[in-house]
Amino acid sequence: MAIRERLSGNEAVATAMKQINPDTVAAYPITPSTEIPQYFSNFVANGSVDTNFIPVESEHSAMSATIGAAAAGGRVMTATSSQGLALMFEMLYIASGMRLPMTLICANRALSAPINIHNDHSDSMGVRDCGFIQLYCESNQEAYDNTIMAVKIAEKAKLPVMVCYDGFITSHSIENIMLLENDEVKKFVGKYEPENYLLDSTKNISMGPLALQKYYFGIRKELSDAMDNSIDIIKEVSEEFYKLTGRKYDLYEKYKLDDAEIGIIALNSTAGTIKDTIDKLRENGVKIGLLKPRCFRPLPYLDIPKELKNLKALAIMDKADSINGYSGPLFSEITSAMFSSNIHVNTINYIYGLGGADTKSADIEKIANKLQSIAKTGKIDKIKHFLINEKEEV
Amino acid sequence: MIEIRWHGRGGQGAKTASLLLADAAFNTGKFIQGFPEYGPERMGAPITAYNRISDTQIRTHSNIYEPDYVVVVDDSLIGAVDVTSGLKENGAIIINTNEDIDSLRKKLNGYNGKIYAIDASKISLECLKANFPNTAMLAAVVHVTGIMSEDELISNMKDAFKHKFAKKPEVIEPNMQALIRGYEEIKGGTK
Repeated sequence: MAIRERLSGNEAVATAMKQINPDTVAAYPITPSTEIPQYFSNFVANGSVDTNFIPVESEHSAMSATIGAAAAGGRVMTATSSQGLALMFEMLYIASGMRLPMTLICANRALSAPINIHNDHSDSMGVRDCGFIQLYCESNQEAYDNTIMAVKIAEKAKLPVMVCYDGFITSHSIENIMLLENDEVKKFVGKYEPENYLLDSTKNISMGPLALQKYYFGIRKELSDAMDNSIDIIKEVSEEFYKLTGRKYDLYEKYKLDDAEIGIIALNSTAGTIKDTIDKLRENGVKIGLLKPRCFRPLPYLDIPKELKNLKALAIMDKADSINGYSGPLFSEITSAMFSSNIHVNTINYIYGLGGADTKSADIEKIANKLQSIAKTGKIDKIKHFLINEKEEV
Repeated sequence: MIEIRWHGRGGQGAKTASLLLADAAFNTGKFIQGFPEYGPERMGAPITAYNRISDTQIRTHSNIYEPDYVVVVDDSLIGAVDVTSGLKENGAIIINTNEDIDSLRKKLNGYNGKIYAIDASKISLECLKANFPNTAMLAAVVHVTGIMSEDELISNMKDAFKHKFAKKPEVIEPNMQALIRGYEEIKGGTK
């Protein structure tokens, strides 16, 4: 029986973690993900989980301890944001390189400087090539659901998974949510039985040793293959979750896209604002739709372009800037996938919402206007736009 | 959908009040959002919090720019913060104050909508012997917005207080008194 609740994103994720009851959680607090280890250490203290909670002295140590516990054969989780994720950078590659399943909760926050505690996607986008699967979440419900699915995806794919949702906007907002019963979650994630682990007394193995010219490349290719193959695992686990909950999760979500003439691509909570704006614009006859990637790693590079092929104009919204003289990361990757599939649509990039700059319906309407004019003229004046209000400019 | 913007000062509990309202509405079967605008929080600094309350799922995740209702928990904010910014003319502003409606209207730079006043601080001082205007404000907001009936509010908050004050049961009754007085003593509402 589903339980009707109202929780913040962090409360929802902490609840999922309680229901999953992992072997080890190691974390260091950082806004806006702080509440997760805070709530979770309460669960540990009052005995509602039997997890070994390791309060470490930095995020580098958090990831190191998580790696150690995963290598030992445990089901492991951690949570962080922003500078915390940046400090983990070195160890993230070791987690994936050693093919260790784990779940990392990332409440997305901007990176310094200047110091900012609010949401954008610079942190998780900054580590997009570290070999973690990345799932992006629009709401507290999606954050809760993806956390539960992440455990299973990670263990089947033998890859670490990052669950990303918007700091404050999702992490600290109270909203309605449907929770699963403890038993349902327990049954869904099942018992973790690692194939190879260090505490297995029947096998003598080593993990993460030196591998030079002869072996390194081959091992890295296996990692790459594992990421390719994880697409099917994500689909399979999501299907199983659908059967349990009735909540359908694909690699991406389409909203009124099939008959659309203009389209927007965006991640996380902004997608909700876009959906409401689409309904409003459609009442005025504007044929607009949305594609919201759930899965950015692996990138559904064959499926996404197919969904876009009938559009006359497309805006890809990035809540992170690559500062590469070109575009944001989502734009670069999706347009590249379109090119590989021989699909050309006039596409522009919007860098938006950096450091928590609020993105409202009127901003989406502005983008829609721009797209309508591109659809009409077939011309693009410039690729990269900044969705910034005049008063926000310095 | 009803959109509400709260203005208060850090430490006065505007955030808590917005979350209490979300809770109460949730308990009557609504879809809700409750979120503060986090800034450099410190005691006494102006803060803003928001509520969306709807019969259907809420998808928008931006701040609220054109609220149906504005709630001012501390009337010293009027003039310092543009509290009526974007407030719908057919909406209303609800202020914790001991001033009368006419003098409030003068201070609100020609806002033409409904103005309500409630001396929630006085109610709180009398019922709770301390200035926690939240409970009375919450009841006033429910009365003006009609989000739920008085009976629903009372039964809801009774449960909420029992839970919240499980270790201080002696404050449940004074809070219920403040709630009922807040509901009854709200005045104004003419344009």
